[in-house]
Amino acid sequence: MQKTIIAVILMAAVTYIPRVLPMLFVKERSKSRLLRSFLHYVPFAALGAMTFPGILYSTGNMTSALIGMTVALILAFFEKGLLEVAVGAILTVYLIQLFVH
Amino acid sequence: MKSPIDSKSDNAYKHQLDDFEYGLRQGIPIALGYVPVSFTFGLIAVSGGIPVWVAILISLTNLTSAGQFAGTNLIISGEPLLEITLTTFVINIRYLLMSLSLSQRIAPETSLAKKCIMSFGITDETFAVASLERRDISFAYMLGLIFCPYWGWALGTAMGATVSSVLPAEIQNSMGIALYAMFIALIVPSSKKSKATMIIALVAIAISSLFTWAPYLKQVSSGWSIVIATIATCFIGAVLFPREDL
Repeated sequence: MQKTIIAVILMAAVTYIPRVLPMLFVKERSKSRLLRSFLHYVPFAALGAMTFPGILYSTGNMTSALIGMTVALILAFFEKGLLEVAVGAILTVYLIQLFVH
Repeated sequence: MKSPIDSKSDNAYKHQLDDFEYGLRQGIPIALGYVPVSFTFGLIAVSGGIPVWVAILISLTNLTSAGQFAGTNLIISGEPLLEITLTTFVINIRYLLMSLSLSQRIAPETSLAKKCIMSFGITDETFAVASLERRDISFAYMLGLIFCPYWGWALGTAMGATVSSVLPAEIQNSMGIALYAMFIALIVPSSKKSKATMIIALVAIAISSLFTWAPYLKQVSSGWSIVIATIATCFIGAVLFPREDL
């Protein structure tokens, strides 16, 4: 529990620091196209790396995870909202696991 | 009759109130969009074993989607503090870019303390709205803009966290996939619009797969794998697909 609270404080700090530092110190915009492109791609790379293969181990059963992932990909491809995609994947996994047992 | 100094400060006060109200209005649609996302966050965090009040605390102190989802995911899977912190930091590095860009537009008389408060509310969405403003960004405007999204984010978390604790166990077990499904919902629409984004996501997936299954590499912990995969992928992306439009 104590570790969780420390983790939350550290997360808050490393979320706030990149928001506040440029405000305090930077007077001019970076001209480096390489740096700006690097920063632009960060969220997509981080999300990709976190999603796969982690998703395969998220339900305790690789078959239900794979099918859930496929449903999420299809819903996301049709640009459904975050909640709809999440609920769609949860229900799929739930039904598959009912079926398997 | 008022002295000129009084009426000047009256005007300044009215101007601030207008700015605040203008920002407040712009923040309402952002807040509405936040509620279902933070609802899902509360749901997932609590089903993963995080207490309800801690889930709300995370939303109140972090106010970010991808970063706090990832951090919470790593807390749930029991990763060490250093890896939780570094992963969250790497995901939030993009705020450097947004803050950098907004810093050029802040009203010149804004004090350092006010800048510190304003920057807490920079999210992908508030940045997008604020950066489309033609005028200088004042403290009052930014405070108004942040207000509804901040409380919407906390409220959604509280609702999701509360609902999660009364859900049946079978549903809770299936919810392990929700976080990943949300990540997919964030990546796929962007990948449809930009081929470079799609390649970036696929390269990151390939590198993190190597760190999961390849001999020797699989000994690296999942937290570090994400940090390494992200930095390597962004470097490749910046070299292969430099952006002209930033």
